[in-house]
Amino acid sequence: MSEHPSVSQLVSAKAIDARAADWLERRDSEEWTEEDDVAFLAWLAESHIHMVSYLRLKAAWSRADRLVVLRQPSPVPGGEAPRLFSVVVRIAAVFVVAALLTTDLRLATAPQPKTYATALGEHSRIALADGSSIELNTDTVITVSNTAIVRVVTLEKGEAFFEVKHDAKRPFVVMAAGHRITDVGTRFFVRRDPGRVEVGVTEGRVAFKALARTGALQLAAGKVVVATQNDVVVTTKSSTALTNELAWRTGMVVFNRTTLAEAAAELNRYNHERLVIADPAASRLLIGGKFRTNDVETFARVARDLLGVRVKDEAGEKFISR
Amino acid sequence: MAEPVEQSRENAPQRPQGVVVSTSDAEAWFVREVLPLEATLIQFLRHNWRNKSEIADLRQEVYARVFAAAINEIPEKPKPFVLTTARNLLINRMRDDQVVRIDAVADLDSVDIAVDEPSADRAIIAREELRQLQDALDRLPKRARQAVILKKIEGLSRREIATRMGIAEKTVKRHLTEGMCALADTLYGADGNRRKKA
Repeated sequence: MSEHPSVSQLVSAKAIDARAADWLERRDSEEWTEEDDVAFLAWLAESHIHMVSYLRLKAAWSRADRLVVLRQPSPVPGGEAPRLFSVVVRIAAVFVVAALLTTDLRLATAPQPKTYATALGEHSRIALADGSSIELNTDTVITVSNTAIVRVVTLEKGEAFFEVKHDAKRPFVVMAAGHRITDVGTRFFVRRDPGRVEVGVTEGRVAFKALARTGALQLAAGKVVVATQNDVVVTTKSSTALTNELAWRTGMVVFNRTTLAEAAAELNRYNHERLVIADPAASRLLIGGKFRTNDVETFARVARDLLGVRVKDEAGEKFISR
Repeated sequence: MAEPVEQSRENAPQRPQGVVVSTSDAEAWFVREVLPLEATLIQFLRHNWRNKSEIADLRQEVYARVFAAAINEIPEKPKPFVLTTARNLLINRMRDDQVVRIDAVADLDSVDIAVDEPSADRAIIAREELRQLQDALDRLPKRARQAVILKKIEGLSRREIATRMGIAEKTVKRHLTEGMCALADTLYGADGNRRKKA
């Protein structure tokens, strides 16, 4: 995963530490709610930088627990630092600390996410213990954190289709590039491309909260939301259009008046042999039809026969021009 | 100039489809093996990177990369792994900046990252630990120190601390989080190391 640039690079380590410290302090307090837990786990799952920042502060803060050996019989008079501990106390403390040190530092609170991945052209289905399932499209990485009160899936890259067994007590949350999708009893897909996240609902309802927005959008079946750096656009699609978008689940891809450039980009998600549209005139031609995701050959032949373009094989790439 | 090596790609083999990797081991390993190397890591970054204001960000990025790699496979030798990751990150950054700092790269190449120091005796570590903690505590700003003492030594809640110190809970929270960050910096970072050698 380290090949991908981290989200974090946009935010300073200091700011992330401040956020991690905030979580850490609040987790200790009485006012911690289940909602906080969902938000906390989602934040943790968002980036490895968040995780390491939290682990580091948590470890240091736990180490400070050993200061308790410095506790005096009478309360510390407000204000004075414990400069005043006697030598005897200090020596005794060393032995207590030595004993404490042998105990494990394991972090009981941290979730234990599992990572699943598919290679280019691969497709796999994961059955979760709660009866939900996740289908991974080509070149996809997800992380699943299952806890008693929340299920968090982070889409690191690629595309996945979710069939969620709804559980009001254990919300199902998908994080993608900082956007948050919460299931309300549902089938939906999430696709993450550089700078763009798309969510489509085929059944039921989800709540979508964009990274930079405060409120969440309620998306019913047929709704598709596309979030980019600055915009969040919601459209309605027919069930046929949605089914077509999900044709990858059966190893197919459907084009309908799609430009050659878009069609090539789509097929390139699945294959090592890349399609390169070599001239702008060819890239604007429209193509339609249903193709196997792994059959570049047929696509190229159809394009040649129907659109009259030329196809040239070169060094594992197919160059298409007029 | 040596050919830069992409650490992450070498050490993170392609995960086969459907394989499950748990991160709990990676977390425990990170806390146990990597955090104690922070002083060394920071020293390395300071020595090889001119913009000192970026050190904390670089350190965090190195941690994230090391952690990501550890989820796939726990590296056998933490220290060389951490320093090699740091080295590759710096090389990538230089490339991105389009500024080739030949002197810096030369330094990076000459770093002996194979050496692992023997671990110290447990009792010595314990004594050192308490001293370090006290040092760290002493170096906190006065109000933050008070709040941390009341929390960690007296075991008081945020509300009780607020009452005791006669300040708002919100302010206690700020002192505590400030204390957490400062403690981590002193306990793991270059600050603690400098102090130890003084």
